[in-house]
Amino acid sequence: MTRYLLTRLWQSAITLILASLVVFVGVRQLPGDPALAMAGEEASPERLAEIRTQLGLDEPIATQYVTFVGNMLRGDFGASTRTGTPVTDLIATTLPVTLWLAGYALIVAIIVGILLGVIAERFRGRWPEWVANGFALIGLSVPNFWLGILAILYLAVTVPIFPASGYVPIGEDPLQGLYHLTLPAIILGTSLAAVIMRQTRASMIETMKTDYVRTARAKGLGRSRVLFRYGLRNSLIVVVTIVGLQLGGLISGAVVTERIFALPGFGKLTLDAVFTRDYPVIQAVVLIITVGYIVINLAVDLLYSVINPRIRVGGSN
Amino acid sequence: MTLVTTPSAELGSARGRIWTSLRHNPLGLAGGIMLLVVALLAILAPVIAPHGPAEVNFDAPFQAPGTVGYLMGTDDLGRDIFSRMIYGIRVSLQVGLLSVALAVVIGTPLGLLAGYWRWLDGIISRLTDVTLAFPFLIIAVGLAAINGPSLANAALALGIAQIPTMIRVVRGETLRIKETDFVLAARTMDATGLRVIFGHVLPNAGSAIIVQATVIMPVAVIGEALLSFLGLGIQPPTASLGIMLSDAQQYISRSPTAAIFPGITIALICLGFNLFGDALRDALDPTNTSRK
Repeated sequence: MTRYLLTRLWQSAITLILASLVVFVGVRQLPGDPALAMAGEEASPERLAEIRTQLGLDEPIATQYVTFVGNMLRGDFGASTRTGTPVTDLIATTLPVTLWLAGYALIVAIIVGILLGVIAERFRGRWPEWVANGFALIGLSVPNFWLGILAILYLAVTVPIFPASGYVPIGEDPLQGLYHLTLPAIILGTSLAAVIMRQTRASMIETMKTDYVRTARAKGLGRSRVLFRYGLRNSLIVVVTIVGLQLGGLISGAVVTERIFALPGFGKLTLDAVFTRDYPVIQAVVLIITVGYIVINLAVDLLYSVINPRIRVGGSN
Repeated sequence: MTLVTTPSAELGSARGRIWTSLRHNPLGLAGGIMLLVVALLAILAPVIAPHGPAEVNFDAPFQAPGTVGYLMGTDDLGRDIFSRMIYGIRVSLQVGLLSVALAVVIGTPLGLLAGYWRWLDGIISRLTDVTLAFPFLIIAVGLAAINGPSLANAALALGIAQIPTMIRVVRGETLRIKETDFVLAARTMDATGLRVIFGHVLPNAGSAIIVQATVIMPVAVIGEALLSFLGLGIQPPTASLGIMLSDAQQYISRSPTAAIFPGITIALICLGFNLFGDALRDALDPTNTSRK
C-alpha cells in the first residue's frame, strides 16, 4: 500500500512538472510581445528594454521558468490586462460558482445513475429496463448544450418552473441559490448519469454471477436484498472510477452550462479571457484547472485503492 | 527467409463477420444506415442543398418549417436552415475525420512501441499522463489563444485529447498479440522488432483501432459543435451545427425549430456512430462468444 502510494505520488509530481512546462512554453507562444503591449507602439527601444528587464524577459529561459513556478506557487497570477484586477480576485469570485454547480451535478448524476442502474438490473427484460437503457442512450448521444437550450425553452420559458438564468450566491440565500442551480446541475449531470447507469448495471450483472451471491441466494436471501447488499457495494467502486475518468468532461461541461445559463463562473471567466486575449487570466485558468485535475485524479486513485480490497491486497504483497 | 506469415484469417473474414453480425443486429444495421445517409448528405451537399449555406434573405426571416422553398424554415437572417444543416454536417464529419486521423496516426505507433518495448512504456506513459492532465476544453482554449479559433484548431484539440486513449487501446492489443505463438515463431526466426510490430502486431490490432475510431467519431462531432457553440471552433458565416445552435439560442422563444433541427441532427449522427460502433465491436471482438 505504501509503495503504491509513493509510486502514485511520484508519478503525479512528474506530471505536474511536465504540465507546468507545457503551460510555460505555451504562454510564450501567445502572439504579441508583452513588453510592447505594456509600453505601447510608440515606446523607444530603451524603454522597451527597461520593461523587459522589469518583467524578467531578458533572463535565461530556465530562470524565467523558476520565477514563473515561484509566482504560481505563491498564488501570484498577475493582473488582468483588460481590467487590471488581480487574477486571484477574479478566481476567488468565479470558482465557487463552478464548484457548486459541478458538485450539485455530481450528486444528481450519482443518484440518478445508480438508481437507473439498479432498476435496469432488477427488472431485466421488462419495460423499466428499456426505459433506463433508452435514457442512457439519449444521455450519451444528445449533446448537453442542446439539452440545456431545450430545457430553458420548455422548463423556464414555456412552463416557468425554473429560472432561465441568473445566479444567487449559495452563501447569501441557500434556498434561492440551489433553486437557480437546479436546472443547470441536471443538464450538466445527464451524460455522467448515463455513463454511471451503464457501468452500474454492468457491474451488477457481474456481481450477480459470483459464487458469494449464489451462496447468499441459496441461504434464502431475496433478489432485491442481494442486489442492494452486494451489487450496490461493488458498484460504488465503479462509480468512483467513472467520476475520476469523467472529470475532464465535467469541467468542459461546466463551461458550456455556465455559458447557456449565463452563470458568472470559472467557465465564463475563461471564455471572456480568450475572446479579449487576456493572457494572465488564460494562463492562470489553464494552470489551476490542470493542477486541480491532476490532484483530484490522484485523490480518486487513492480513494479507489482504499475501497477496493483487491487493489489493497495486491499493493501490500 | 520468411516462412511465417501472419494468420490473416482474423482480418480476412472480418468483413464477412461484420455483415453476419449486422444481419442479426437490427440496431447496428439502423446505425449503419443512418451513417450512410449522413455521409451522402455531407458529400453531396452542394447538389442537395437548395440554397447556399450563407445565403441571406432579409425578406424572409423566421419562416416556419414547410414554407415553400424552405423545408425547415429560415433563421433570423432568412438563411435556409435545411441547407445550413447539410453544410454543417459536412463540417462536423470533416472535423471528426481529421481528429480521428490525428489520433490514429500519432496514437498507433506510440501504442505499438509502448506495448512492445518495456523501457519505452514508462516514457510514453508519462507523455499520455501529461496529455490527460489537460481537459479537452482547456487544450482548445489554449490553442484558440495561440492560433485563433478555426476548424483546424478544433480538429487539433479534439485529436490531441483522443491520442492517450488510442495509445492505451493499441498498447493493450500489442501486449496481447506479443504473447501469441505466431509472434514467438517469427521471433525465433530472427525477425527484427520492427518487422514483428509492422508485419504481425499491427495487422492484428487493426480491428481494435477501427472500433476505437468509431468511439472517437461521435465524441469529435459533439466536440466540434460544442467548440463552435462557444466560439472556439468554426467561425461564422461558415455553417456549423454548433454555430446554428448558438445563433438559435438568442431567439429561442420566437423560433424554437431553429434550435431543434441542428440538435436532433447532432444526436442522430452520434446515435448512428454509437449503434454501429457497438455492432462493430461485437463483430470484431474475438472474446465475444454471444455472436450468432
